[in-house]
Amino acid sequence: MNSLPSKFGPFGGMYVPELLIPALDQLEQEFIKAQNDADFQQEFMDLLKNYAGRPTALTKTRNIVSNPLVTLYLKREDLLHGGAHKTNQVLGQALLTKRMGKTEVIAETGAGQHGTATALACALLGLKARIYMGAKDVERQAPNVFRMRLMGAEVIPVDSGSGTLKDAVNEALRDWSANYEKAHYLLGTAAGPHPFPTIVREFHRMIGEETKAQILAAEGRLPDEVIACVGGGSNAIGMFADFIDDKDVGLVGVEPAGKGIHTHEHGAAIAKGTMGILHGAYTYIMQDEDGQIEESYSVSAGLDYPAVGPEHAFLHYTGRARYESATDDEALAAFQLLAQKEGIIPALESSHALAYALKAAEQATKPTLMVVNLSGRGDKDIAHVQQFLKGAL
Amino acid sequence: MAADRYQAMFSRLAEEQRGAFVPFVMLGDPDKATSIEIISALVDGGADALELGFPFSDPIADGPVIQKAGIRALANKIHQQDCFEILSEIRRRHPQTPIGLLLYSNLVFHTGLDAFYAKAAQAGVDSVLLADVPLREAEIFQQTAQAHNIHHILIAPPNADDEALKQIASQSSGYIYLLGRAGVTGTETAANAPVKAMVDKLSVYKGAPSVIGFGISNPAQVKAAIGDGAAGAIAGSATVKIIEQHLHDVPAMLSALKAFVAEMKSAT
Ligand SMILES: Cc1ncc(COP(=O)(O)O)c(C=O)c1O
Repeated sequence: MNSLPSKFGPFGGMYVPELLIPALDQLEQEFIKAQNDADFQQEFMDLLKNYAGRPTALTKTRNIVSNPLVTLYLKREDLLHGGAHKTNQVLGQALLTKRMGKTEVIAETGAGQHGTATALACALLGLKARIYMGAKDVERQAPNVFRMRLMGAEVIPVDSGSGTLKDAVNEALRDWSANYEKAHYLLGTAAGPHPFPTIVREFHRMIGEETKAQILAAEGRLPDEVIACVGGGSNAIGMFADFIDDKDVGLVGVEPAGKGIHTHEHGAAIAKGTMGILHGAYTYIMQDEDGQIEESYSVSAGLDYPAVGPEHAFLHYTGRARYESATDDEALAAFQLLAQKEGIIPALESSHALAYALKAAEQATKPTLMVVNLSGRGDKDIAHVQQFLKGAL
Repeated sequence: MAADRYQAMFSRLAEEQRGAFVPFVMLGDPDKATSIEIISALVDGGADALELGFPFSDPIADGPVIQKAGIRALANKIHQQDCFEILSEIRRRHPQTPIGLLLYSNLVFHTGLDAFYAKAAQAGVDSVLLADVPLREAEIFQQTAQAHNIHHILIAPPNADDEALKQIASQSSGYIYLLGRAGVTGTETAANAPVKAMVDKLSVYKGAPSVIGFGISNPAQVKAAIGDGAAGAIAGSATVKIIEQHLHDVPAMLSALKAFVAEMKSAT
């Protein structure tokens, strides 16, 4: 039986082969012990501060918002070592791997950011990493593939299915079910079976905690809205977790609308999906009339996933958080605008959150304080965006 | 349960002092008409029971061979309705053969639990095993299955502790699926579970008969597993591979399948 709640209301759970239950139980127990172990916490904090560069800055934008009623801050996870928020929880899980006496790490990656974070943590802590990545993503995120290999990780392209993140998760789960004795599956987002959504949230919650302290220091009040993009949901839940009890703070998740949520080419599982089971959890998923999982689409590899973490499903279901979406075009426009106006090149994933914030900012009719979680930097996206913009610059 | 085909099969086999051979194939692979002939050929070849899959887009417990079978069926536009129609036809042709389904939970959820089990019962299905539903999440499925007189099969994996094995033994109905090894389906790695020790434990807990699956591809393995106390053996990827190898010659496929089943059965 589980020691921690395995569900968020009706969502979540452990819909995995019986074979994986002992490994998931072991992980849950080790996580509980680690959370209560001062030495573990100290090592984790030390790595976050002195290796990864926490706390990250909270930057007040100067030029990008034209509506004088709106103040927009960016939580600068792009400044974190590795280039995205992903490094936070990867360090936590890598330390758990060591505690469990396992020597290998299996991971999936979409944008290559989770893979990069996994590769760096494994290089640092002496673990052997193998990382599954959809063949399509290997192409569109080439710099990150090289980065992972440079740090000693094995990158395994996955051809099956849509060749994106969902298929990489399938392969990682298959690998884990054969190798759980010596390998930890270091899942990269707040999705999958229990205990992953809970562990990933707890190892990212400093994003919201720091933001709260920083915004109180800078503005003397809590924000009206915190905004984050949602792929599986890790950067968003990390930002939301510490604000959930602050009922006056709006929580906004931004899903990828791709070519438009009225088309079939998007990844908006909450807006357009229905409830079902994928990758171990009961949540909102994109599926056809037969219950087959549909392929998602987004210009950003990290958001190209046809499901969402179960806690987001719950926050949507209860109405505590609101889920909006931004199209490829809106994200690409926000990507360029942040570069031009603030001198920051955001990840395409984070550009979705920014795109929504800019739209909301334009429409604001009263003083509004907003924070966007700038979950990552855009270096990995430069070649890809350059192709999209062909000649425009 | 009115006429329990598994019980009838296990008592017949007990009298014969033999074990069961149970092939697995994917419903609708490669297409609806051929699938019906394939499954009939398995019974004609001597299969004691059938284990049949529903194609699913994301089969996390399956290796490449069974993944490809699902992709073939889906590419040929096999829907759930087609699977139920194939099942009904097989039931009509083979009234006594126990038929088990092996599928993924989202297909059941999406149809609605009650509707799914009702359709399965109507098509003559005897048992359902959900590859991604461990005992911990099984209750609602078990209850619905039971309401429709369908056995809910649980998996006993080699890494389960005694408490888990006890629970699985007491709750798996029809038979217990004894997992031959860790990993996903496929013949690349042979079964290596301590069958004797597991069967002994499961029988102490008075569980249903144990049938071993995963990594079973040749008669010697069947013989060894039954010698160690298993009530039968399931071969999935090895069976599906024969389909894959003969996609362009259906008559040759059917005779190869029959020969394979006969050979495996002779080892029981
Ligand atoms: C920079 C960045 N932001 C966001 C995401 C989306 O993941 P999540 O929803 O788990 O934060 C990714 C995933 O690769 C990413 O690289």
